[in-house]
Formats: sequence, C-alpha cells, structure tokens
Amino acid sequence: MDSAGEVVNDGKITLEGFTVAARAFADKWKRHNLSFPPWSWIPLINRTMLKKEEGYLSLEKIIILSSLEGSAEEESLDVTADWSEKEESIDHTVLVQNEEDEAHYYDYHIVYSASYMVPMLYFRGYSSDGKPLSLDVIKRDLPSSSVSLLLESKWTFITQEEHPYLNRPWFKLHPCGTEEWIKLLSESSSSDGCQIPVELYLVSWFSVVGQVVGLKIPREMLI
Amino acid sequence: RREGRRREKRGEANEKAAMSMYGKEQFRCRFISTNPKSLLTALLLLSLLQGFTSSWEDSIWFDYKGVPLKWYIPTGVLFDLLCAESERPWNLTVTFLSYISASLASFGYPSNVLIPCEGEDSAKWNFVNSLKEAAYIINGNCKNVMNMSQSDQEDLWTSVMNGDLDAYTRLLPKLKMGNIEDEFSRKESLSSPVSRQGGGTEIDVAGQVKTARIPVRLYVRSVSQNFENLEDVPEIDTWDEISYMNRPVEFLKEKGKCFTLRDAMESLLPEYSGDRAQTSGEEEADGSQETRGEIKLVRIQGIELKLEIPFSWVVNNLMNPEFYLHISVLVIGPQR
Repeated sequence: MDSAGEVVNDGKITLEGFTVAARAFADKWKRHNLSFPPWSWIPLINRTMLKKEEGYLSLEKIIILSSLEGSAEEESLDVTADWSEKEESIDHTVLVQNEEDEAHYYDYHIVYSASYMVPMLYFRGYSSDGKPLSLDVIKRDLPSSSVSLLLESKWTFITQEEHPYLNRPWFKLHPCGTEEWIKLLSESSSSDGCQIPVELYLVSWFSVVGQVVGLKIPREMLI
Repeated sequence: RREGRRREKRGEANEKAAMSMYGKEQFRCRFISTNPKSLLTALLLLSLLQGFTSSWEDSIWFDYKGVPLKWYIPTGVLFDLLCAESERPWNLTVTFLSYISASLASFGYPSNVLIPCEGEDSAKWNFVNSLKEAAYIINGNCKNVMNMSQSDQEDLWTSVMNGDLDAYTRLLPKLKMGNIEDEFSRKESLSSPVSRQGGGTEIDVAGQVKTARIPVRLYVRSVSQNFENLEDVPEIDTWDEISYMNRPVEFLKEKGKCFTLRDAMESLLPEYSGDRAQTSGEEEADGSQETRGEIKLVRIQGIELKLEIPFSWVVNNLMNPEFYLHISVLVIGPQR
C-alpha cells in the first residue's frame, strides 16, 4: 500500500498529507480560479519536526464591498481581490458599488490542526486603515445561511481565538464537523467507499468550508 | 501613555485573594492568592472585579510590566512565562475604562493582542471548547462531551469556576473521559475506570495503556544565551517572544520502559534535545556542526519539573480541569 493511501483516513488527514494536499489545492486554484489571487504556502521555519516541512496556506487582502442594501439574497457576494499592490484600479464593471460602501479586507489562512487532524479555516477582517473588524461587522459580509447558523451556535461555530502561529486574535471555523463532512463527501463520490485521494482532500474540504465565508470554488477544481 | 478615566479604589481581602490597592495614575494591585494556579485568568478577573464594576460594559485588562495578560491562558502559565524567577506577591496592573469607547485602541486597549472577554460566557465556552478538543485527542471524538446533559455541563463549569474540587470530582465520571495510566503513574486517577473508547487510546487486557494521545499546550520561551541563575533571564516585553504550540504528545508505552517528561518534550521539540550534540548523522552538509539547543527549564503551573519524571505521573497529576497539560518551557536556542 503506498504511503499516500494512509495519509487520509476516516475523514482525517495527517500532517504530511496536509502538506501534499495544500500544494495540490493551491495549484488547482491557480489554474481554475482566475478571478482570485493564488494561495501562498507559508512555511514554518522554526518547526523543523524531523525535517518535515510544516506550514499553512494564506490568501490575503480579499476585498468585500459591503453594500448597504443588505447582505446577499443569493450567496454571491461582491468579492474582488486587490492582490497586486501596484494595481491602482479595480474593475468597476464587475462590482456593485456605492459611494457609502466601505471596503472590508479579509485574510484567510488554512492551518492544520494536530488535535483534530483536519484543516481549519482562520480568517480576519479589517478596514482600509488596518483596524480589525468585529464579528458583528463581519456578519454583514457573510452569506445569510452562515449568519443564521451563527445565531444558533454563537460560541461553537465561529470562535475568536489566537492564530496558532501569529499571536493575534483571528476568527476560526470550528473543526468539529469536518471529519463527518469529508466522510460524507468520499462516500458520495465513489461507490466502493474509497478514501478521497490526498490531492483532492483540501479541495473537497474547501468546497464545503469556503461557502461558509462566501468563497466558492469552480467545479473544475474537483476533478 | 494611557488615556481614559481610571478609578482608584481600596480593596478588601476576600477568601480567594488578598489584595491591597494603591493607585497613583495607574492602579496597581498586589495579588496574593491561595488558589490553585490552575484557575483560568478569566476566573481571577471575575472574582477580583466583582467589587469594582457593575457591568461588563467597562473594559478591563491586566498587565504585568506592560505585557497584557491573556485571559484564556491559565494564571499559573502566565506566571511561569512572564516571571522567569518566581515573584511573590505577583504585582499586576489593572486598567479600567469606565465608559464604552468605539475605538478602544486609542485608549491603550491592546486589541491587536488580546481577545476581548465578554464576561463569564467567554470563559465558559473557552473551557467547553478546550474540553471538546481534549476529548477528541484522548478519545478520538467529542462524543463524551456532546452527550453530557446541558445541566451536567453547566455544573462542571460551575465547579471549575468556583474552584470546587469536590464537585468537580463528583461530576467527572459523567464526562467519561478515557483513562491514561501505567505502572509509573502511582496515583488513582480521578476519572472513571478504564473504558474502551476506541480512537486514540488503546488499552490492553491488563488495563494498561499502550498508545495514547495527550493534549498539551506548550509555551516556549527561547533565550539566546545560557544563564546560571533565573534572575539573569531578561523579562519578556511582548508575546511575540513566546512560541505557542497546541500539539498532542504521542505517549508511547513500551514494556519495561518508562516514557519520561523528557521523552515527551523531545517529541514536541526535537530541535532542543539537549545532549544529542554528538555527531551521529547530525552534521550539516558543509561539515559544520550545529549545537542543538537545550531545554533549560520546564514548569507546569509554577511547579518546576525534572525531566526524568514519568510522563504518566505528570498527566495524572498536573492536568488542568479541561484535560489539557499546560507546559511552560525555557530553552536556550540552538547556536550556529
């Protein structure tokens, strides 16, 4: 049995598997999700656990323009990316814009949880002057389904915690259900109940998790 | 440097903490506590501040020589990290803002570092979420926590908040957390008898654990130079000097061999395994040798531990109520 077959087990993934899956995810994203900047792999230099590379995925400075007409009826937000610092202009034809809108910037990190053995999504929002956005403000940028879930489980769905490596408060999606979703996904995608191949693990995971924060992935990535 | 209104008050001793207050422009409290150090700082905040504020609309934070105290880290850990050499009484500074400000940052509230504490609920859910995570690590799932009735969960939290060890001990069997013991633990564990939970904990017929995952929160402080006495260690200025790791220890039980604290630490921090500076395969490509760093001091809740202590003893005696081991480590960084 090849070693890659053991890295995904029962919905969970090992640290080594995560590193492989992260690379594959970033790769596919870059190829198929051109309206977004690419994810970067940030290695953790201090953590040289037995010479294995550890790190996390980072996607930063995503702009969400919050319109005052209320949050999305359908779950598509006006999302754009200002990922080139040299770029001055934003494509106005794509966005719904309003003079009273304030641009909210979002950073997303996909971090491995050694406790739950699954990936976790950390995110934070800030305004153009760098001031962090509170959860109340961030709620307005989230799809309505997430907001109602937030109301039901205030303390267990999205929690504010310290980023595991950056020593700053971030928001995190609680990983409790992740293992089950992945298991469901692997069951539905193959008749013999095979595990999801490691290269598709993060893609599958993100297809569920990304929706919570309004990020959708194109279907081509799931192949 | 700090703006905003501050209050000065005289405190009075209560059964949990004896404080004397004297304020000038800032408000200092001398904290002498008889409490076990495993209380969360949040609980400390709550009990200290009962006499001072009427509502949580006020913003309060503690700091030690300018370093803000994180309420979700147990008091004992904060003490171990911030005072290399134990200081008793522990002098802390409290700052109050007596009105709500839309922009706390302008009043010095370290919101870029501290997560706001919204009162008892914050502390409670921090506890429950940590408990779930610990359960996941030990048992492979959070079912035992999820299956607890709401009122049992409440009672468990209340027992922790009040420091009521009797109540906590009574409620533990309802939690059904797996048990970790070997011939070196030599202490009757408080939790329910060994149960087969599957997942991360395997138990053989004799009732001894073979492999287990132990929840650990590791706080590492690295200094560049060796030192003779603890008082020579400079104090930390910011939290960036502390490296935090939330990673379980894979507890290996081999027949006849004792898995020590040193073994546990080395599994988490392989780059600091002390006297392995021998050349066996550790040379760099260019032939130069890297002296590995050294683990200088390991403390759990103020108790300094010898690395030879069996890890199972540490687990059974020094675990926090949420089943996490909080370990503070001082290391000498590797020299190149």
